[in-house]
Amino acid sequence: MIFSTARVLVPIIMALVVGGLILFALGKDPFAYYEYVVQRGLLSWSGFQQTLIRSAPLLLIASGLIVAFRAGIWNLGVDGQFLLAAVASAALAPVLIVALPSWLTIIICCGVSIAVAMAWSVVPAFLKTRYGLNEIITTLMMTFLGISFANVLVKLPFNDPDNTVPQTMTLPVTDRLGRLFDTTIHSGIIISLVAVFAVHFVMTRTAFGLKLQIVGSNPRAAKHAGLNVGRLTFATFAISAGLVGLGGAVEILGVWGTMRADWNPAYGLLVIPLVFLARFHGIAVIGFTLLFAILMIGGESASRRMGVPNFYVLVLVALLLIFLALVEYLDHLSHKRKKA
Amino acid sequence: MGGLLTEVFIASLLFGAVTVGIPLLLAGLGEQISEKSGVLNIGIEGMMLMGAYGGFVAAYYTESFWFGFLAGGFLGMAVAFLMVLFCVLLSMNQIVIGIALTIGAEGLTALLHHFQFSRTYPRMPEVPTLDIPGLQNIPVIGPAFFERHPLVYLSILLVVFVAWIFRRTQIGLNLQAAGDKPAALDAAGVNVKLTRACAVLTTGFLAGIGGAFMANVGAGLFVPHMTHGAGFIGIVLAMLARGKPLWVLLGAALFGSSLALTTALQVAGLNIPTDVVQMLPFAMVIVVLILFARHSYLPPALGLPYHRGER
Repeated sequence: MIFSTARVLVPIIMALVVGGLILFALGKDPFAYYEYVVQRGLLSWSGFQQTLIRSAPLLLIASGLIVAFRAGIWNLGVDGQFLLAAVASAALAPVLIVALPSWLTIIICCGVSIAVAMAWSVVPAFLKTRYGLNEIITTLMMTFLGISFANVLVKLPFNDPDNTVPQTMTLPVTDRLGRLFDTTIHSGIIISLVAVFAVHFVMTRTAFGLKLQIVGSNPRAAKHAGLNVGRLTFATFAISAGLVGLGGAVEILGVWGTMRADWNPAYGLLVIPLVFLARFHGIAVIGFTLLFAILMIGGESASRRMGVPNFYVLVLVALLLIFLALVEYLDHLSHKRKKA
Repeated sequence: MGGLLTEVFIASLLFGAVTVGIPLLLAGLGEQISEKSGVLNIGIEGMMLMGAYGGFVAAYYTESFWFGFLAGGFLGMAVAFLMVLFCVLLSMNQIVIGIALTIGAEGLTALLHHFQFSRTYPRMPEVPTLDIPGLQNIPVIGPAFFERHPLVYLSILLVVFVAWIFRRTQIGLNLQAAGDKPAALDAAGVNVKLTRACAVLTTGFLAGIGGAFMANVGAGLFVPHMTHGAGFIGIVLAMLARGKPLWVLLGAALFGSSLALTTALQVAGLNIPTDVVQMLPFAMVIVVLILFARHSYLPPALGLPYHRGER
């Protein structure tokens, strides 16, 4: 147990330390920066609410990645899937709300968003199952395509002509996802927590989850065991993209109510290290996501206040990934020594 | 609309295709060298971006394009060195490290740019060219191909050079063996890790120059995240070229033209959102992959770290 705690804590601390050194080299006080981040992201009431709101899409993306990674599939096309799903909800919701009650509007929008994201993952799934083509490249290509396509959709067919900035029509605040108690936090966080628990249950406690894991750890063995690897690959892509799409829907229906052109939070690659830190464990990922959301929200305040652009978060994420891999490597080495 | 096939349109299309095609070519060739030796270099996007930033800063302050390319190359190589350290020497996961290097370079270059230039985007002066006498006067083709910076000619010569290395030299054979059957190379007394390390460093150098070309010649300035997937397109080019440098050149020309269509269409007075045109190269990649995926080829030991004595 001590070992696994160290394996998680060491990369985080190393990343923060090396990141701090970079800040120092750029002439900023790292302690003041981190203090401000914690202050604004966790300790202030409004910042804490922001953190929880931000956690909702991050958790849904994380759960989508857990499914894919456990099945041995690198879904790096998250951003395209997320944005296209967001466009679907943003375009549909203001139209549907005129005729339908808001609960039905939200359900339909979520469904359509999920379907759109799933559709965007069909090509990589097809190329992988049919020609064995590496999905890393294909999902990346689809994501670049999707980001531009989402912009085209917002600027041309779904553009709200009454607005000077290119954006879709706006869903009134009262019709968005319900707020929890007296806070600004929307119920998307509940949806995302349910999704994370469901994914964890399915992946660890059901036959279907076990099948996916077998495909992930050894596709050839899976084939010999009589599993339909192709169909399972399609299913993995669909579930993974669907969860990501739900994240896009929740972000639009809960926070923005509309989608602006060129809006791309680019959460996709940022969530990967969280999923690795959690070792694909559904419950553990919740904690890391919260920590990361604090960093994001606090970092956004700090970028305005302290003149450290938010790009710094990218550097931290990269450092986290590298130290994570390094710790894993050292761990592997010491295991080998013990065996020898 | 009537003026779509005019001389001006074709000239600007060809000119732009060469300008955006050269970085793709360098990235694709570099990636091909890495992949041949068995390293899937996902970090190439980061290497290009680092080269773009470093190359721009160096060229901007020294006012020398050559110095900029060289600096870009060495910065790309510096990122590649991390890849070598983690993935080749320590056998860590190539995909995780590749993603990390790309994200890290995105963040770091944007940060450095912010602290260096704040919100200004200084521009490079006009690109000096080496005009080829005689050929430069051919209408349309002349300005696009024969009035360019010498690096353009060098990059195209590099295709022949790399093809020669692959086909006729011991180095080429070693690279191929490192990707196909590393154990055999090891048995023949050649150091597998060293071979791969050299391949990845070369990739970094070429990708870095490509990035610097993109910033200094293509855009004339540095913008954060400016490579916008060019490195990844390089990976696709290498994948579809099946180890043949000439195919990388053809691919770079194809994707270069589709990217250049943006500016060319604007010259022709056609007003469509840039997003539509930005989709083109990626849509093209997908279509090409669907049509020709069965012909793509990757070395058997690609992405697998080499451990002596392990099977």
